[in-house]
Amino acid sequence: MNFLSENIYYIGAFSLIFIGLYILLVKKNLIKVIIGFSILDTGIYLFLITIGYIADGTAPIFSKSGLKADRMVDPVPQALVLTAIVIGVAVLALAVSLAVRLYGHYGTLNLRKIKEQRW
Amino acid sequence: MRKLIGIILLTIIAAGISLSLKEIPFGIPKTIIGNHFINKGIEETGAINIVTSVVVGYRSFDTLGEITVLFTAAIGLGALFSLYKNKKTVIYKEPASLIVYTGCRFLFPIIVLTGIYIIIHGHLTPGGGFQGGAIIASAFLLMYLGCTGKRINYKLSTIAEAVGGLTFITLGIVGLITGKDFLFNFISKGEPASLMSAGIIPLIYMAIGLKVGSELTGIIDNLIEKSQ
Amino acid sequence: MEIIVTILILLMIVSAIAALVFKDLISAIIASCIVSLIAAILFYFLQAPDVAMAEAAIGAALVTGIFIIAVKKTKRFEE
Repeated sequence: MNFLSENIYYIGAFSLIFIGLYILLVKKNLIKVIIGFSILDTGIYLFLITIGYIADGTAPIFSKSGLKADRMVDPVPQALVLTAIVIGVAVLALAVSLAVRLYGHYGTLNLRKIKEQRW
Repeated sequence: MRKLIGIILLTIIAAGISLSLKEIPFGIPKTIIGNHFINKGIEETGAINIVTSVVVGYRSFDTLGEITVLFTAAIGLGALFSLYKNKKTVIYKEPASLIVYTGCRFLFPIIVLTGIYIIIHGHLTPGGGFQGGAIIASAFLLMYLGCTGKRINYKLSTIAEAVGGLTFITLGIVGLITGKDFLFNFISKGEPASLMSAGIIPLIYMAIGLKVGSELTGIIDNLIEKSQ
Repeated sequence: MEIIVTILILLMIVSAIAALVFKDLISAIIASCIVSLIAAILFYFLQAPDVAMAEAAIGAALVTGIFIIAVKKTKRFEE
């Protein structure tokens, strides 16, 4: 029970990563695979921010003038995740546009049927 | 059969990861560079928001790479849809009702004003260029969904995106000419916690906000407009 | 405080499993939007307000909008 209450954030992040990986491996519809990508990305961001958390810390902004500097959360993972979120949405938009063009060409979005029609 | 193999593989990976999670305890400081950024952040860059000073001050070259990736994705999306023709005469089945139309027209300037406020105060409060740009793009998405029939001005959007990108690179080259490094902070840092402080950080964030906002709006416009 | 975090994480996992199971694609998109929103709340609890604002604006508004526009141009139901 103590193990569960301490590591609940890790369990949540890794559950999202595994559900995203399962959708990637098993599902046949192309848009569902792209939804799985988005869930996998959200799990990874949650894991990165959980690593940088310090117990009883506060956000890294000096809003009041007398704030102590040794009780702040690590700011480096937050900067990395900010970059990663924007790149994630760019890749997602490109993947969705490719899916729309594939539907216009083949007439179906089933991955097994698209693989069978070669050239 | 495929589901069974998938579940077995994922169970093996999950067992391996949970064995190695014991080395990463929760809530204990793990890196040393974070302490340096927190202690010396205000003297060296002048911004109160430490995450802003990391993203745009200490590691601004990575931000330039991220803007390049966003730009490449927008170009790729535009190139994929360039063979379709624009819908000239559109027959809408039912236009939006009066309440939705008036509500969207009323909310649009408020959301754009919030986005501009978040962009400008990026170095004082949580926020910055990326968050404000996304809020401006969602305001334009609301206009596309609520008031059908209004489109953005293509020339204005192209000029805004070009001005944003060029301002970023020009600030970097001016830093290279006058100071020592690319993207060197050549304007004096004022006193902290005032609006005109932190050197070139507010200027870079305004350029990033303009570029990201117009780019995401262009992506949504390409997806809605060009059809088959 | 711990109870609120535990309930939110359980809700997030149930919502992700719902995105896996639904056959109507619009319902799966709304389930992934719920996952993004609860992740934004959890980012605030982990003392990261910049990341919470970015995830709420980009993950919950723009990604959902792009997906729904794409489903409108293709089929709505799976296979």
